[in-house]
Amino acid sequence: MQEDLAIELKNVTKCFGEVMANDHISLSVRKGEILSILGENGSGKTTLMNMISGIYYPDSGTIKVEGNEVTIRSPKDAYALKIGMIHQHFKLIQILTAAENIILGRKGPNRLHMDQVEQEISELVHKYGFELTPSQKIYNMSVSQKQTVEIVKILYRGANLLILDEPTAVLTPQETEKLFDVLRNMKKDGKSIIIITHKLNEVLEISDRVSVLRKGKYIGTVETKDATLESLTEMMVGEKVVLDINRAETTKREKRIDMRGITVKNKEGVKVLRETSFTAYSGEILGVAGISGSGQKELLEAVAGLQEIESGEILYYSPEGKVEKISDMKPIDIRNLHISLSFVPEDRLGMGLVGSMDLTDNMMIRSYQEGKHFIANRKKPHALAEQVVSELDVTTPSIETPVSRLSGGNVQKVLVGREIASNPTVLMVAYPVRGLDIHSSYTIYNLLNSQKIQGVAIICVGEDLDVLLELCDRILVLNGGEVTGIVDARTTTKEEIGVLMAGSRKEKKANA
Amino acid sequence: MLRESAKSREPFVRMVKRDRIGTKKAIGIRITAVILSLVVSGVVIVKITGQNPLEVYEGIVSGAIGTDRRVWVTVREIMVLLLISVGLIPAFKMKFWNIGAEGQILVGGLVAAAIMIYAGDRLPSWLIIVLMFVGSGLAGLIWGMIPAIFKAIYNTNETLFTLMLNYVAMQLVTFCIVFWEKPVGSNTVGVINSSSGKGWFPELFGNSQLLNILVVSAVTIGMFIYMKYSKQGYEIAVVGESEDTANYAGINVKKVIIRTVMISGAICGIAGAIIVGGCSHTISTSTAGGRGFTAIIVTWMSKFNPFVMILVSAFLVFMQQGSVQIASQFGLNQNASDIITGILLFFLIGCEFFVTYKVEFRRRNRG
Repeated sequence: MQEDLAIELKNVTKCFGEVMANDHISLSVRKGEILSILGENGSGKTTLMNMISGIYYPDSGTIKVEGNEVTIRSPKDAYALKIGMIHQHFKLIQILTAAENIILGRKGPNRLHMDQVEQEISELVHKYGFELTPSQKIYNMSVSQKQTVEIVKILYRGANLLILDEPTAVLTPQETEKLFDVLRNMKKDGKSIIIITHKLNEVLEISDRVSVLRKGKYIGTVETKDATLESLTEMMVGEKVVLDINRAETTKREKRIDMRGITVKNKEGVKVLRETSFTAYSGEILGVAGISGSGQKELLEAVAGLQEIESGEILYYSPEGKVEKISDMKPIDIRNLHISLSFVPEDRLGMGLVGSMDLTDNMMIRSYQEGKHFIANRKKPHALAEQVVSELDVTTPSIETPVSRLSGGNVQKVLVGREIASNPTVLMVAYPVRGLDIHSSYTIYNLLNSQKIQGVAIICVGEDLDVLLELCDRILVLNGGEVTGIVDARTTTKEEIGVLMAGSRKEKKANA
Repeated sequence: MLRESAKSREPFVRMVKRDRIGTKKAIGIRITAVILSLVVSGVVIVKITGQNPLEVYEGIVSGAIGTDRRVWVTVREIMVLLLISVGLIPAFKMKFWNIGAEGQILVGGLVAAAIMIYAGDRLPSWLIIVLMFVGSGLAGLIWGMIPAIFKAIYNTNETLFTLMLNYVAMQLVTFCIVFWEKPVGSNTVGVINSSSGKGWFPELFGNSQLLNILVVSAVTIGMFIYMKYSKQGYEIAVVGESEDTANYAGINVKKVIIRTVMISGAICGIAGAIIVGGCSHTISTSTAGGRGFTAIIVTWMSKFNPFVMILVSAFLVFMQQGSVQIASQFGLNQNASDIITGILLFFLIGCEFFVTYKVEFRRRNRG
């Protein structure tokens, strides 16, 4: 029994201040096994993995690797124990080649034989069925290629236990398939793999066993073949949930936003939106899909007046029938025209809210200028904060608590609540349920649906294609800043969207 | 390697970030730091002077508040330091690292001195004083505006820029001293209007410091209200936290940066007028005397709270004045007081680490 365990955790505990991130967690991974760690955001998955890979040190508990009790004080110790982690954010040097990144930090002979290194890497690549050219520079790579470099880097260092933190978040469905094939090959070779995810379908597809965490506690481990979507959800949430989004049907459709051939460059001068055009209608949810970093952020920010626009124009059609060109306006100008345009940005605490301020102060961020008085009026925002807290079940010690102290889900509710409270005609949301538990996610979907019924034009950037297909009326697919297609969500398939997401991938350059 | 790390034990000490800390505990840590700093500076002084530490402390107390005159000097110094610290609040809250208070004080003082010199014979004293406040405020405002404009438009580094302007201000003062030299050849300005007393802050109700105290209190309370309740104060807080959020909120970031640093500079400039008109009645390159830097520490240690600032600046000035006294009493040079201030700051700043982090030692029994 002991011998075939690659790693065994016993009663591992980690606190951050008063928060128990991991509360006496015990689990194990067998050799040649793929274990999924499933849990909602904030359930402690990443904390646990960071302790295995030496980034955090546990408060108590023991870790055994191949039967020996070990102390992992740093990532270096973890490497020595043949444990490697692939983080969500890649840690690669852009101007170096794949091979140079892979050997980075390794001790070797004084004279470097790059041919030999590349030879060795090629062998690894063939052995497991990766697709990688060792001499290619990182900045010429797509996101999935970069991920491959990270995985090969870990393998090259001789890791036997690989931890992947949400590896599929940045991949198209087709790329995910490829990744899973590689993982299966590694498994056959006797490697152990831990994969952190919250996408249930993937868990069922790839893993041998599933361990579930909930609010920092270990709930249990099941064999994947005995698990179903429903049983896993129940373990994750702690109760039965109905996973249906009722797509509301509306009849009244009016043009609201018309984007025509918008091109936007980022600070480095790279085009992040190319000749983008679309129309958003009232009473409709327009989904935006694409692998992360395809221009979703810029698309929404361009409409909100937060991007410098190179060329093209954006028109706003008011319910009263007026047409305004908003493409050369700042947010304040748009508001002064009494255009109620709500925006829930992707970066909650970096753009939508101020972490160190309390709920009241955050409520007034977009309305503090109201009135002519020198002193800011805090009465209305205070009332609004109380309203949002009670209507959306925000868990907070008080209205005076800085929002950075709230959990991700509650931060999101505060932000969405504020933006909906302003009775928008256009509502733009980026990843509205990222970080939310299943219950809150469905609360948000319902909110979006009810806004749609009220005739709001909604633009929703999402990452879970299954949800977009159920929630939206039409889906716009972006690839490298270009619209590769706008499809009807009722008739399209995940595969079709996947193909569009991959788009003209071959022409893509550095800004992947 | 595997063997080795398997054998190695838990690290001996670890720093753990505190999630939050009770107010009592935080105050406790800071009081401990004050006591420790007093003990250590006591030991250092005793090592140097060979005196009884109690006598040394007695010397400090007597130096700071031993006589009426000393009390008022201490109060005056507290007021000046407080005013500069208050002036730094808006800039620092906006995360604009204004380390140019020193220069802003100097140009403020320079303009105040110029008004005393050139208007001394022509205008009544009250008008001169009003002009000194306005003029020095404007000078500080301009001295703050220059780096702010560059920061807002070209995103230049404000730390370097404000620091360099300190030296420009010093050169300006040196340049003016050439014209104002009195007596000629002394390379100093001497006491300005020593006979007429024009532009010297008058006694109010028989108290020489009342005008200082009134001005500084008004600015402090005004700043408190401005930062906490006004729309502009709210804008400063948002810009300091994140420019993206500020843009999203529809705030004109460039305007807020320039306006805020102008306010900050103007207050520091007024501090220059208070130093020149209220105490030294002269101008030299050392008029600011490092207060612009000490104020940075005061502002940070009091976490932008103007009322805590009163306590912190009072403590620092008390010890400074006290150590000047023991330096002369025990025949030490000026550096002795610097050493004591250094020890105090070391402990006071160091203790903030323990307020933010908890130190955990290796547990004996692991299980």
